[in-house]
Amino acid sequence: MSSTTMRQDSGGGLLTLLNRNRIMAGPGFSRWMVPPAALCVHLCIGQVYAFSVFNLPMTRLIGITKSAPGDWKLTDLGWIFSIAILVLGVSAALFGRWVEEGGPRKAMVTAAIAWGGGFLVAALGVSIHNIWVVYFGYGVMGGFGLGIAYISPVSTLIKWFPDRPGMATGMAIMGFGGGAFIASPLSVGLMHYFSTPTRVGVAETFVVMGIIYFCFMMVGAAIVRLPPPGWAPQGYVAPAQPKKLITTRHVFVYQALKTPQFWLIWFVLCLNVTAGIGVLGQASAMSQEMFPGRITAVAAAGFVGLMSLFNMGGRFFWASVSDFIGRKNTYFVFFALGFVLYATVPYAGGTGSVTLFVLCFLVIISMYGGGFATVPAYLKDMFGTRYVGAIHGWLLTAWSAAGIFGPVLVNYIRQYNVEHGVPKADAYNNTMYIMAALLVVGFLCNLFIRSVHERHYMAEDAADAVGMAD
Amino acid sequence: MPAQAQHGTTPLHLILAWGFVGIPLAWGVIETVLNALKLFR
Repeated sequence: MSSTTMRQDSGGGLLTLLNRNRIMAGPGFSRWMVPPAALCVHLCIGQVYAFSVFNLPMTRLIGITKSAPGDWKLTDLGWIFSIAILVLGVSAALFGRWVEEGGPRKAMVTAAIAWGGGFLVAALGVSIHNIWVVYFGYGVMGGFGLGIAYISPVSTLIKWFPDRPGMATGMAIMGFGGGAFIASPLSVGLMHYFSTPTRVGVAETFVVMGIIYFCFMMVGAAIVRLPPPGWAPQGYVAPAQPKKLITTRHVFVYQALKTPQFWLIWFVLCLNVTAGIGVLGQASAMSQEMFPGRITAVAAAGFVGLMSLFNMGGRFFWASVSDFIGRKNTYFVFFALGFVLYATVPYAGGTGSVTLFVLCFLVIISMYGGGFATVPAYLKDMFGTRYVGAIHGWLLTAWSAAGIFGPVLVNYIRQYNVEHGVPKADAYNNTMYIMAALLVVGFLCNLFIRSVHERHYMAEDAADAVGMAD
Repeated sequence: MPAQAQHGTTPLHLILAWGFVGIPLAWGVIETVLNALKLFR
């Protein structure tokens, strides 16, 4: 037993229940209990994708039936989501090492308090009609919980599923995509239930959702276990000769940031996400403008729903596929197939083929989700399992960057085209070609990824010094 | 020695754990599919 472990055992009362050495799985524990634990967390934080359902009701907190003077504007409310995503990236990066060394239970409990508590503080902000309290509650506290929760189960799953790391992380990150499916109808239903002639019901909905999410995430924290040192699935034999792009050693989190591999994967993720996120946000308007009169607003909403399903399903499907064809090849498929599909969209618009248009975007969006879900296993292949959660936290800054580039590219290029006389139906064509070009750059970044240089690996006994097991 | 969970996992544990996350997810997916069907009407 290391001195660090002894210190962790020596005091702290209930808090010691959260330490990583207290959640080692005993004999007979099934690793299939760990994905539901991860899903408990990711299904809750996936709510962030559905936050927009609160936007319109929050613009009439005073006027109730319609916005009144003093009511918040949509531009004010847009910042809530933006702050949450920004803080997500920052907290995942800054606290990744703490999450990794403290273990998944401590991280999940912290995230549950921050995420659930964030809703309660936001409810207070809505009640007293102070937008800054909402920014702090949902944006800062909730965003912090998002960042910690997002990375908390990643390395645990990879350690439990050394034979299928892509599938395991794909399941959790699929939950993040699926969380919005639950949150959206739940939010609408709760607001309907709590609304009165004098209240919109947003604050009450926030309170209920905060309590539900806190409890749900705590169940995940209670279930989660770490595999004992040296554990391996029955019948699994680690390859005697490490594969070229799959290391059996470990790179320290801050050392990983000094490698070209980290930054190449950063660009791979950023470009893949940029291409997807740009069209995800504009899918409704794009489909109606490219097929005027044929895709109505109602049908466009259905199209967006279908895209969300493929976004979620792609996370599990592509991450699982990556276990068989390899991470690098999976991203080659994303970039090559994505290039063809983006280049095909203007053709679909030109020929008026709604079916081809819908098919192209469903596959594109499945690969967008797949990019998120496959990247933890890619990092594990390159940098080992020991700090993969922390390294993943830093990588999420690529998501934040893509969140800015993607929508800006789509919106501004469309606007430029429309202002220069291009018909609305054709205004997205240049955007599609630029997205396809971005994917070529992503393909090249992926092509240049090689195994990490020997000098970056940790000494074999270095991780033991911080009381970690894998 | 690190403290360890003393009991093994039973099929009931697995059903409860997967049901706990699977049922709400399935409900959300069904709601979304019903909305998505509007595309084909």
